[in-house]
Amino acid sequence: MTVLGQLALWLALLLGVWGAVVGWMGGQRGDPVLIRSARRTTFALAGLMSVAALGLVVALLKNDFNVSYVASYSSRNLPTAYKLSAFYGGQAGSLLFWGLVLSLFAAAAQALTPRRYAYLMPYVAAVTSVVTVFFVSVTLFAANPFSRLDFVPLDGRGLNPQLQNPGMVIHPPMLYLGYISITIPFAFAVAALLTRRLDVGWLHAIRKWTLLSWVFLSIGITLGMWWAYVELGWGGYWAWDPVENASFMPWLTMTAFLHSVMIQEKRGMLKRWNVILVGLSFALSIFGTFITRSGVISSVHSFAQSPVGNFFAWFLIIGGVFMGWLTWSRWDLLKSEARLESALSREASFFFNNLLLVGMSFSVLWGTVFPMISELVRGSQVTVGPPFFNQVNIPIGLALLGLTGIGPLIAWRKASPGHLRRQFLVPVAVALATAGILAAVRLSDVYAGMALVLAAFTTATIGQEFYRGIGARHRLHGENYALAFARLVGRNRRRYGGYIVHLGIVVYFVAFTGQAFKTEMEASLKPGESVVMRSPYGEELTFTHLGVSQYEALNRFVSAASVEVTRNGRQIGVLTSEKRQHVDSFGRPTFEPSTEAAIRSDLREDLYVVFAGSVDGTEEAVYKFTINPLVMWVWLGGAILTLGGVVTLWPGGGPSDRTLRRAMEGYQAHLVEEAAS
Amino acid sequence: MRASHKVLFAGALVVGTVGFLMASGIKETGVYFLTPTELEAKISADPSFHDVGVKMGAKVVTGTIERDVGTQTIRFQVTDGQVTYPVVYRGLAPDTFTDDVEVVVEGRLQTDGTFRATTLLAKCGSRYEAVPKA
Repeated sequence: MTVLGQLALWLALLLGVWGAVVGWMGGQRGDPVLIRSARRTTFALAGLMSVAALGLVVALLKNDFNVSYVASYSSRNLPTAYKLSAFYGGQAGSLLFWGLVLSLFAAAAQALTPRRYAYLMPYVAAVTSVVTVFFVSVTLFAANPFSRLDFVPLDGRGLNPQLQNPGMVIHPPMLYLGYISITIPFAFAVAALLTRRLDVGWLHAIRKWTLLSWVFLSIGITLGMWWAYVELGWGGYWAWDPVENASFMPWLTMTAFLHSVMIQEKRGMLKRWNVILVGLSFALSIFGTFITRSGVISSVHSFAQSPVGNFFAWFLIIGGVFMGWLTWSRWDLLKSEARLESALSREASFFFNNLLLVGMSFSVLWGTVFPMISELVRGSQVTVGPPFFNQVNIPIGLALLGLTGIGPLIAWRKASPGHLRRQFLVPVAVALATAGILAAVRLSDVYAGMALVLAAFTTATIGQEFYRGIGARHRLHGENYALAFARLVGRNRRRYGGYIVHLGIVVYFVAFTGQAFKTEMEASLKPGESVVMRSPYGEELTFTHLGVSQYEALNRFVSAASVEVTRNGRQIGVLTSEKRQHVDSFGRPTFEPSTEAAIRSDLREDLYVVFAGSVDGTEEAVYKFTINPLVMWVWLGGAILTLGGVVTLWPGGGPSDRTLRRAMEGYQAHLVEEAAS
Repeated sequence: MRASHKVLFAGALVVGTVGFLMASGIKETGVYFLTPTELEAKISADPSFHDVGVKMGAKVVTGTIERDVGTQTIRFQVTDGQVTYPVVYRGLAPDTFTDDVEVVVEGRLQTDGTFRATTLLAKCGSRYEAVPKA
């Protein structure tokens, strides 16, 4: 099968070049034969990439350790699910995975895009073919998953135990789906520029793609936090690691893009900005893949030697120059159709939201690559860590949280003072009340306090929107409140789905405030001994060491240490943390020992217990205890955000005439209601 | 003032603030990342460097790791092939910390020549790659 896979890759390379050429020429000449060929090439590419992927899957499942990749990332005793996840557990496989998913997305874009955008499709095929060719070349020439060893090892090295976690099975593919799907909006942007048809057509064509990749990125990032939290054992979920930053940067620019397209759709403004944002997002997604897989940033010195790194660097440079030239040559066509009418308008608030999001993305980029830059400029490396990112991003994040509340309440074009008063009266009152409560309980952290006040304000604005919408339907259509709610959301999915997403973001911010009150303690305990910690809520938590036990599991030796936990004297459970030594099928150790933290979660706080080792082989154990407030809210925020994304993405919610008419009706109802009050 | 001017002015203010946050952030939190050789050169050029927190990236010298689990203190030596420093670290070591692995220690070089580390990170080539066996 690997021979077939390898062959499929070579054919994909040739066919991809063909697709790029006929796509380009088809677009230039409008020749239907060429255009049809470009479209079919996209489908054929998807087929070939699937065959190539199947080749690797079969090699992994059949334990074909003669294949270097299989020997490096799998082993006989690896559970089947993890054998499959070994597909993208290593560099070569993950690049093949990129190519596969891209080719499938490209085929889907050709198949699903409505006919009225047919004028864009040959160029879209050309762009997706070029990107596919790039990934196929990297797998063929720099990191080939099918290359063979000159001997057959008896067993493979196995998958890194930190990757043997259900979160890790779905986290990278989610993130990759996010990264990769940005290629489609990018391809449409290039197509629109090449055809010089720069009206809102291309934006309508990619609306769902944009949102889809944003939702995938969000889920991928959140699952990544979850994985880091349960698997890495340091008690946190975000460390501003270059790999994390790599996923966060395109997420920020995509968030900016999701908002700024609305301005172009409604007002014909910010066209240049939108093209630049798509290009930036695509570049950052490639850059993210690059630093995730090549280790450039953490080991700067291996940059030049790594062939994968060179491929990516050149791809980014050539792509950047091309996109820059293309945008520049169409600069006049991208002129704004309207002028900003008031500084107090939805447009202006979106403008600030975009500046802040892109500013944040830039600051993250700057902090991530600063070690490289400082070495080039000053000759010695200066690194920045979490303090830098927190210092810069917390204020920007708070400003964004505030805008999340303010933006949706300000009218398009120009907001009148009366309108503003009506919109902001209740939310401001809620925010002030929250501030009062926080002052009363003497909340010690200023940033956390500000975040909570702004979160209350934003939640109030969202609640007010739902309350008014439901009330209007209830009065006008005589619907009961549940039906009114369902129809309100169902018939304005983009708007109310967006509000639900905003609510998810608010919940994330609430979760982040918990980090200001994290409490840690390390202790060495004999069986029966205990430590006492005070939680941020003022409760007394007692951890009593019960003992250490040892046993063998499928592919590992485990030593497990347990503590009994009481809260204010009442027992709330037993937590068991493990130290695991993974072994191959001959019982030889593979990898370093890994730690499984024990976690007890509720909405108030997580208790996070790490067993660091026993003292001289006795049952005396060294522990690290962490009280981690509000962590569960991160996962909750992720769930709400995903729900909002699904509501917005659900098929049929496009800009059909019917929805537009309904939106008008809704708006009229709103006017009637306002006139009545 | 026209609306667009007002907004552009405010936008410039936002960009300026972000820029200021970044510049001051780098200045206040930036830490030198040095090899043992570079650290020795810095110290001999400017002895006050003993008081500056730095990060040092080097390899653990095989066989030098001494763990005292009771006091949670780890002593080991790191080297870049030319200069070797003894390191003292109090706390829990990451799972990947072992002989011959690349580590990044953050802390201060004491005047007695011992590096007192407050954080200890161990890295493989890439944390997603399998550790090659000897």
